[in-house]
Amino acid sequence: MNAPAYNFAYLDEQTKRMIRRAILKAIAIPGYQVPFASREMPMPYGWGTGGVQVTAAILGPQDVLKVIDQGSDDTTNAISIRKFFGKTAGVATTTATSDATVIQTRHRIPEAPLHAGQVLVYQVPIPEPLRFLEPRETETRRMHALAEYGLMHVKLYEDIARFGHIATSYAYPVKVNARYVMDPSPTPKFDNPKMDNCPALQLFGAGREKRIYAIPPHTDVVSLDFEDHPFTRYRFDAPCALCGAGDSYLDEIVTDDKGGRMFVCSDTDYCESRQLAGHRGSESAAPHKERAHG
Amino acid sequence: MTTVAELPAGFADKVLSAQSTFRSVMDAMARPGSVQRVTASVGAPDGMMRGAAAIALTLFDHDTPIWLDAAMSATPDVAKWLKFHASAPVVADSSIASFALIGDAKNLPALDRFAFGSNEYPDRSTTLILQVESLTQGPTFEVKGPGIDGTALLQATLQPRDLFQRLTINEALFPRGIDVVLVHDDLIVAIPRTTRLVASGA
Repeated sequence: MNAPAYNFAYLDEQTKRMIRRAILKAIAIPGYQVPFASREMPMPYGWGTGGVQVTAAILGPQDVLKVIDQGSDDTTNAISIRKFFGKTAGVATTTATSDATVIQTRHRIPEAPLHAGQVLVYQVPIPEPLRFLEPRETETRRMHALAEYGLMHVKLYEDIARFGHIATSYAYPVKVNARYVMDPSPTPKFDNPKMDNCPALQLFGAGREKRIYAIPPHTDVVSLDFEDHPFTRYRFDAPCALCGAGDSYLDEIVTDDKGGRMFVCSDTDYCESRQLAGHRGSESAAPHKERAHG
Repeated sequence: MTTVAELPAGFADKVLSAQSTFRSVMDAMARPGSVQRVTASVGAPDGMMRGAAAIALTLFDHDTPIWLDAAMSATPDVAKWLKFHASAPVVADSSIASFALIGDAKNLPALDRFAFGSNEYPDRSTTLILQVESLTQGPTFEVKGPGIDGTALLQATLQPRDLFQRLTINEALFPRGIDVVLVHDDLIVAIPRTTRLVASGA
């Protein structure tokens, strides 16, 4: 339950008000990065300080929180953030996508479809999609003001000129509501279509870079592309080795030093619920496959 | 000197009331046209509806200059209450206000008297909090935009009557613009700058 030394959900009320105002502006101007006075959090930058602040500002005692890191509920980052809010806000936590009301995520969108009433909070390292093309904040700000995104198209074109296809595979730039070009955080581009017309509210928090932005529900989100080089999703051409799913985003796992590998769902909740439903892959430790020892 | 004891109370539970009110406002903003309810119990000065008072306590503080219209500033009650509970500065210049509280929506000043933000910082705009006659009865407004699946219907008695017509400036100004939160008693509806009127009927 609540540690008495902390306010509910860790942040003080003035900080929450400031973040809440930024969230409202972010929703009103889809894709625009609202500056906010990011606080130091009891975790290092890069571990989701922006996402944690957004979550802390919206979380209430009735909420059910899920935290994923690269699709997994079971990694250090996901577990420690889940415990953090369990301790400071006393909220219920879950790993089931459909049961959660607030999902904080690092670099994935769950496979199970999101529904209205859910909020997806992204942890964002570099919120500015133009940053690696133009390092000056004053310039990128003006480019956004003028909707001057030619540079981004040149970058994608250079990919095509060099590799024959758009080689950007994650943090693939999107245009939100036909106005702002936005960095979807380093999610694989496989996830980009899930952002379009999503029934859930999507909030993005970048702690080190002090920016909050948002995609309201049912908003047009278009991945940038060219007529002759349309946007395509990418996925390893294999079924999940544990649950046999042919439609989920896969992680490649190296199993030995002789080139052995297996592919498994990156979304652990999706994989586990499929296994519970009886789906099996080539490597799953299904009961009938286990040999009795001794 | 007026004693503090004469002021109406604020939130019964500051932390959780502010949280639940914020979620109502956030849901309203994320789903324009939908009617959300403020459930927190809150005291309010004369002339201020419960919903408006709850929003004030949730979002206002020393960082947010507040502009009050003639109805809200008719008596010093509202300004005093805001100062005591939210420490929010009340300003006379509406163009520097973060929020404007409009008690008498019929006499809403021209929208260009408020801040639209700049093209570089469109978030530096005034959010209008407008107390209206009804958010459940009256003419029907069909709206569309981000946050709305297709179109949404809002039945409301709004002042000024030409509110949506005035808000069409948001279309030309975008990303600059004015976000509006309509309040009636404990009900709220948000009209962010991206929302467009499709049709309005009787």
